[in-house]
Amino acid sequence: MNLDPKVPSGPLAEKWSKTKFDYKLVNPSNKRKYSVIMVGSGLAGAGGAASLAELGYYVKCFCYQDSPRRAHSIAAQGGINAAKNYHNDGDSVWRLFYDTVKGGDFRAREANVYRLAEVSNSIIDQCAALGVPFAREYGGLLDNRSFGGAQVSRTFYARGQTGQQLLLGAYQALERQIGRGQVQMFTRHEMQELIVVDGRARGIVVRDMVTGAVETHLADAVCLATGGYGNVYFLSTYAKGCNGTAIWRAYKKGAGFANPCFTQIHPTCIPVTGEHQSKLTLMSESLRNDGRIWVPKKQGDTRAPGDVPEDERDYYLERKYPSYGNLAPRDISSRAAKQVCDEGRGVGATGLGVYLDFAESIGRLGEDTIREKYGNLFEMYERITAEDPYTVPMRIFPATHYTMGGLWVDYNLQSSIPGLFVLGEANFSDHGANRLGASALMQGLADGYFVIPYTMGDYLARTKQAPLAADHPDVRAAEAAVAGRTQRLLGIKGKRTVTSFHRALGRIMWEHCGMARNAADLKAGLAKIPPLREEFWRNVTVPGSGDEINQSLEMAGRVADFLELGELIIRDALERDESCGCHFREEHQTPDGEALRDDQRFTHVAVWEYQGDAATPVRHQEALTYENIQLATRSYK
Amino acid sequence: MNLTLHVWRQQNARTPGRFVTYEAHDISPDMSFLEMLDVVNERLIEGGEDPIAFDHDCREGICGTCGVVVNGRPHGPRERTTACQLHMRSFADGDSITIEPWRAKAFPVLKDLIVDRGALDRIIAAGGFISAPIGSAPDANAIPVRKVLAELSMDAAACIGCGACVAACPNASAMLFTAAKVSHLGLLPQGQPERFDRVRAMVAQMDAEAFGSCTNHEECEAACPKGITVETIGRMNADYVMASLTVGRRAARLGDSGGG
Repeated sequence: MNLDPKVPSGPLAEKWSKTKFDYKLVNPSNKRKYSVIMVGSGLAGAGGAASLAELGYYVKCFCYQDSPRRAHSIAAQGGINAAKNYHNDGDSVWRLFYDTVKGGDFRAREANVYRLAEVSNSIIDQCAALGVPFAREYGGLLDNRSFGGAQVSRTFYARGQTGQQLLLGAYQALERQIGRGQVQMFTRHEMQELIVVDGRARGIVVRDMVTGAVETHLADAVCLATGGYGNVYFLSTYAKGCNGTAIWRAYKKGAGFANPCFTQIHPTCIPVTGEHQSKLTLMSESLRNDGRIWVPKKQGDTRAPGDVPEDERDYYLERKYPSYGNLAPRDISSRAAKQVCDEGRGVGATGLGVYLDFAESIGRLGEDTIREKYGNLFEMYERITAEDPYTVPMRIFPATHYTMGGLWVDYNLQSSIPGLFVLGEANFSDHGANRLGASALMQGLADGYFVIPYTMGDYLARTKQAPLAADHPDVRAAEAAVAGRTQRLLGIKGKRTVTSFHRALGRIMWEHCGMARNAADLKAGLAKIPPLREEFWRNVTVPGSGDEINQSLEMAGRVADFLELGELIIRDALERDESCGCHFREEHQTPDGEALRDDQRFTHVAVWEYQGDAATPVRHQEALTYENIQLATRSYK
Repeated sequence: MNLTLHVWRQQNARTPGRFVTYEAHDISPDMSFLEMLDVVNERLIEGGEDPIAFDHDCREGICGTCGVVVNGRPHGPRERTTACQLHMRSFADGDSITIEPWRAKAFPVLKDLIVDRGALDRIIAAGGFISAPIGSAPDANAIPVRKVLAELSMDAAACIGCGACVAACPNASAMLFTAAKVSHLGLLPQGQPERFDRVRAMVAQMDAEAFGSCTNHEECEAACPKGITVETIGRMNADYVMASLTVGRRAARLGDSGGG
């Protein structure tokens, strides 16, 4: 497997400028002769499709939702980082770069992260120009707030709906190109297979989710911007439809899968209430700016929060991490919450919860200020829990939220299959072992608006490809595989629903490969998945037919892939015999319970190569070299 | 709690639909409305029946995918709440609940409670954008925006495109949806160059779809889960009048393309 990261030579700060100059260009009048497929319409997908179309390429864009505006980027609440230093508080491209590498516990590629920090400022400019109604100060200039893992205010926001507003900006740019005929949009279409001919990605096979028709689309290059795979845990903050099918199909066609075990558990979500729970809802990290996290000092304390006197409360983040306090990074905050709950100090009916308390800040700033900053989040909390967070502290608990792992890509965002590019959360590139808050939106738009337009041009200009016949044997084989799989799922006619398998898988993943991991538990989890998968293919029931809207069939296909992907996650977690970022191996911790990296053995990206369903995948390594920053122990104390 | 559901079932766009009654037992008040439907569906599948098809995705009230008419009200009884954020504690044990898809000529039913809302995307494609090609933007602080305008713009931009406004309107008009976008962009300095072309193009597309006209019932505002107000419609009407007075000839020359 070719894992050349293609990191340009030269000083860090000049790499991207130099590379952009070195890229071959496609003559403006030739651009219209090229077609590009974009799967996904979130920030990376819609942004990428719009910017490629603006350049003059013909783009086909696909999403499973009924409109590109609904991609799950829309649910991001808190904000987007940029190194503008508008607040004169010492921010810079270098600091954003450094914070991101450090936040990721030194497991990300330097050059990619630096480029991300470098283009962050252009993203804010572009979004403002597209009409994103960012929060403003009275003078009309942009406002910022603080987020976890940073000591500067660099987070731009639009109330608690930043993802929505950024996505609508990208969506509107995309719709403009649809109106011009430069992008053809396929909604309610789900990618089922990648077409690889002569070693290059040349198209996709999709299922029209309304008619059930299996369609083939060919192009000069394929981009996947299909988001993360956190729904492997069943309960997560992802949308119900989010899935790993597109990247998993690509993996099985030869694309390397990098760091699958890097799955982020977000510290502030609304706790589970019962067996019926279908998803978990995030409460933005921005709340940690003004909310204080605590549990009672005493075990099994069932008093109402208001009855627990101040000196019997443990504000454990402030106690353990005095310099970052409630704004400690996500992995650290999540683990700390798990610890106090494991000690029997959790709150709420299940004991799986901690308080996020606004009493102090309401007292200091007044209820109106808090309402202006977080009104919609408080309202959402109240809708779900029937509790008023203005008077009673919120109860929160960690939940699966994001996946730093994903398809391996080089500096050009190209996977190990030439012609297959991967953008946004679907790739592994920028966040290492832990993503900092407000960095996902930044990466999605960086990839879509400012990276792929350049790297795609270079690929197309350098690649001579003959037109591909629709009846090429590789195309026909991909179509047959899709049709066969659908028929197989429909034909099992077993006794157990798709959802029940998904829940069972989620439970295995959460218990064996959640916030804290160890070899014995991982091995036990690894042993539990194959029997579940075997039962799925023998005993799942998928009612209805393949030639109509069939939501059970859609879910069955996704869960079938999760049943394989889950195993790879655990395998990767087992092999990475160190703690880093989100990946906390209990065997490797400092005396005070912090993650203990093993830089000697694990300063690399683990890249998995598929070897067939019956064989164990092969683990390759891309060594990470740090030329500009020194590996250090992450400390937020 | 135990409930009786009367649910619209329809095989596809070509087949007529009908109400079917289901008993929903042991429903927890902590379930969301959609989780209640999940429970009913799991039981239907286990019994070998076709589950009720309904659109949903984020389940946190922001993607705009879900939307059903509950007892005659889009998104159900709770104000400013999408169906996915509605919880069963809003109902009482023994209640009968009627569940229907959005009813509008412009939103054909695809299956059961799922409708085709593509018309809303086409209104945006006609002009609901600012033409600012990627890479062309000046520094974000180069154009200050009055805070009050940014806030009003954000109020309108909060629209999730769910279509409840259309479903609530006796004329199945898409005025609130269209006006929300016209307001969002028209209130910002960045939106000024295309402001009048935009409103004409979007209204033309709205008229070309099978939406009805606005006759000021204001049901849309009452149904909107994001609290978009009919003030936006006032702004759109004003812009539309201004557009026909000031840029009519130019807009005609551009072919009502919104300058895109």
